[in-house]
Amino acid sequence: MSVTTDLNAPERGPGVKETGRGGRRIDFARYRDLSLVPVLLVLCLIGFIVSPAFLTTDNLLGVAQQSTELSLLVLAAALILIVGRMDLSLESTIGLAPVIAVWLVLPDAGRFAGLGLLPVWTAIPLCLLVGAAVGALNGFLILKLRLNGFIVTLGGLTMLRGLQVAISKGKSIVDVPPSFQYLGSATWLGVQAAIWICVILFALGGCALAWLRHGRALYAIGGNPEAARAAGIRVDRLTWTVLIIGSVLAAFAGILYTGHYGSISADQGNGWIFQVFAATVIGGVSLNGGRGTLFGALTGVLTLQLVVNVMTLAGVPPLWNQFLNGAIIIVALIISRFASGEKQE
Amino acid sequence: MPDTVTAAAVPVVEAAGISKRFGATVALSDARIAVAPGESHALVGRNGAGKSTLVSLLTGIQRPDTGTLRFSGEPAPAYGDTDAWRAKVACVYQKSMVVGELTVAENLFLHRQSTSGLRPIRWRELRRRAADLLAEYSVDVDPTRKVRELTVEQRQFVEIARALSFGARFIVLDEPTARLDARGIERLFTRLRDLQRQGVAFLFISHHLQEVYELCASVTVYRDARHVLTAPVAALGHDDLVEAMTGESAARPAPGRKTRPLPADAPEVLRVSGLAYGDHFSGVSLSVRSGEVVGLAGAAASGCVQVGETVAGLHRAAAGSVEVAGRRVRNGDVPAALAAGVGFVPEDRHLQGLVHHRSVAENATLTVNDQLGPYGTVLPSRTRAFARRMIAELDVKTPDASTPVSALSGGNQQKVVVARALATDPHVLIAIRPTNGVDVKSKEFLLRRIRQIAEEGRGAVVVSDELDDLRGCDRVLTMFHGRMGPEFRRGWSDEQLVAAMEGMSGPDAGSGHSHHRKESDVRHD
Repeated sequence: MSVTTDLNAPERGPGVKETGRGGRRIDFARYRDLSLVPVLLVLCLIGFIVSPAFLTTDNLLGVAQQSTELSLLVLAAALILIVGRMDLSLESTIGLAPVIAVWLVLPDAGRFAGLGLLPVWTAIPLCLLVGAAVGALNGFLILKLRLNGFIVTLGGLTMLRGLQVAISKGKSIVDVPPSFQYLGSATWLGVQAAIWICVILFALGGCALAWLRHGRALYAIGGNPEAARAAGIRVDRLTWTVLIIGSVLAAFAGILYTGHYGSISADQGNGWIFQVFAATVIGGVSLNGGRGTLFGALTGVLTLQLVVNVMTLAGVPPLWNQFLNGAIIIVALIISRFASGEKQE
Repeated sequence: MPDTVTAAAVPVVEAAGISKRFGATVALSDARIAVAPGESHALVGRNGAGKSTLVSLLTGIQRPDTGTLRFSGEPAPAYGDTDAWRAKVACVYQKSMVVGELTVAENLFLHRQSTSGLRPIRWRELRRRAADLLAEYSVDVDPTRKVRELTVEQRQFVEIARALSFGARFIVLDEPTARLDARGIERLFTRLRDLQRQGVAFLFISHHLQEVYELCASVTVYRDARHVLTAPVAALGHDDLVEAMTGESAARPAPGRKTRPLPADAPEVLRVSGLAYGDHFSGVSLSVRSGEVVGLAGAAASGCVQVGETVAGLHRAAAGSVEVAGRRVRNGDVPAALAAGVGFVPEDRHLQGLVHHRSVAENATLTVNDQLGPYGTVLPSRTRAFARRMIAELDVKTPDASTPVSALSGGNQQKVVVARALATDPHVLIAIRPTNGVDVKSKEFLLRRIRQIAEEGRGAVVVSDELDDLRGCDRVLTMFHGRMGPEFRRGWSDEQLVAAMEGMSGPDAGSGHSHHRKESDVRHD
């Protein structure tokens, strides 16, 4: 905080708290959610040094476009983790939801035997509906039957993937409805539609978490469910809603992904959940619930994606990507551990 | 002080003929209670007497099977109408009902940060309202701080302010003093007396009868799910109260009142010299001889708990040494301390003492796994036999050795912890607040057991700020802000000891002591 702001604003700004003797010092813990911002800046600097192609609109928009599907899953995972739950089946929903929608709307032609039951324009609503159904099922198993969420959604992950393989007969689907293609490839005001949508969804989610009572309730439920219940928050109903929203977001990520690549591969989303969790956690969302912001989670995704981009531009063979991805997760965790000064348990 | 209750006043809460069953267990049977406006009413009873059930019925969390419940003469709100209940009765639960990651302001207005679900929260206004609310109850806490950064005491004040902010004139306090030190309790009582002057009535639940006498005007005793008596506190002697709670006459000698004098040549079982650990304590020296029970008294910030933990090997001391039965113990090494013969009863049995879902047998034998079978194996038959012996020896009330320890009452859980500390047959027992959260009868039993250990030729150190725990000790050492204070022989008065724990000059405190105090004051700030 500069001297002038200090003089003009006698009231305490965020992140500044009084110490015992009335002195002021910056409370770094409050900026925990921003701990990856310096990392992003350093990555940009390295990118700028290694390749002149890095700091071009095309490259940066390309990175952003490639991040959209992952970041929607991260948005979903962050909401679910904040409310103190876990959903591993997100990575299967991203493949299953578009497959079911396409199966229902496309006619039986060519390589893929669709049912053609419904008009083609229903593809997007159907896809989202499948997502909602998956979320509702997870919610039922976790909240009504009181099963362990980790194992239930692990089962869900395998089961939904299997359903996708069974419906698509293990093949990629190359016919996709035009509505999918439009969302995956259109540009609005010079920027891809997927990026706009992603930014808007993150902004909406962030605002809801910061300024709406029900958004704040997610933190209360994740932090101390009994206190939340005693305060009159409908804990189960809200948790269920969040699980459904999460799966709908995953289904929507599936639409963007399918539209972008013009096909649904049989292993769409396979193995993503590890990246999703890694991005969410290095972005400052706690695995124990009740802590973290969507902005932090977003910086987590961008960090992971930028590392890959910078490495590619620097001419590092792609075979090293997996190693680097793992390494950056660990390094980012160490950075946020010491930037916030808190143990991660 | 508490005013006399006029017969004409309509009680703020009146429950009559209340019964509640959980499956086969009768939690309350035809129980009643009535609290007059502005009255300070205590509810006491042993573990399992039905106090917690009554709290959940009075706060609308559970519905009674039979009976009537009236608030200020009106029938109780509909079950599930949380807002209506909160306007009638406020409650500070035993468990912390705040969200640590959120700020004080947000916790105060949890789920009512804005008037409707769709209206954005105005944070500045919320902070201002929070500051007003805190000022109204003169709670000196910054509303922008996160609750997890607060002390237990501040957290409790925040909970009280929040509970009362719904407009209730009646507050239930379920064991509010269990996690506070003596100073914190004093401040809590001051706050409660202030509230009472403003006309707030409260129902105070506590295991510490001393607190009941200090704070409350009348007392209701429950025993075995039934109402036993309601009487003005002033008219009820300590022994009568204990008798009402336990159903037995309390006319027996207090624990360890009659003890033989220590022989002059009794060997030293524990010698601590010049021990220091971080900024918790420094220069701590003490010695315990065979047959002796030594008290170590001090408030929460005095470092006395850390002294006990360091002796048990939980912390690595920066300086000084610990000798058990003449042999030096490796610093900061729990297995070494166990092997040397230190038995340890930790401060918080839930966090440090017990593995909750495992059986009584497993918990009682955790320290002696090496004696339960050859070549590092643990034989179930030997575990069971060992555990049965411990259960019998400590009179643990449990259906079986294989019962999960979480199913036992607080007092019996504590006995399991003590049993484990004694399982290694230690030379010296370090017991930190050994009677924390246990009922009167278990408390007496535990203190008697500790005395017995000493009579068997071993030594014991009781670390506590609870006067009842310290009364049976041969000597009481005091600590204040990490330094040793005056020492008391048997026959001290409560005032003297409390004054020493609070850092006020004790009986034999010379200039050296007051010098210490000044120094530590500076360091503490």
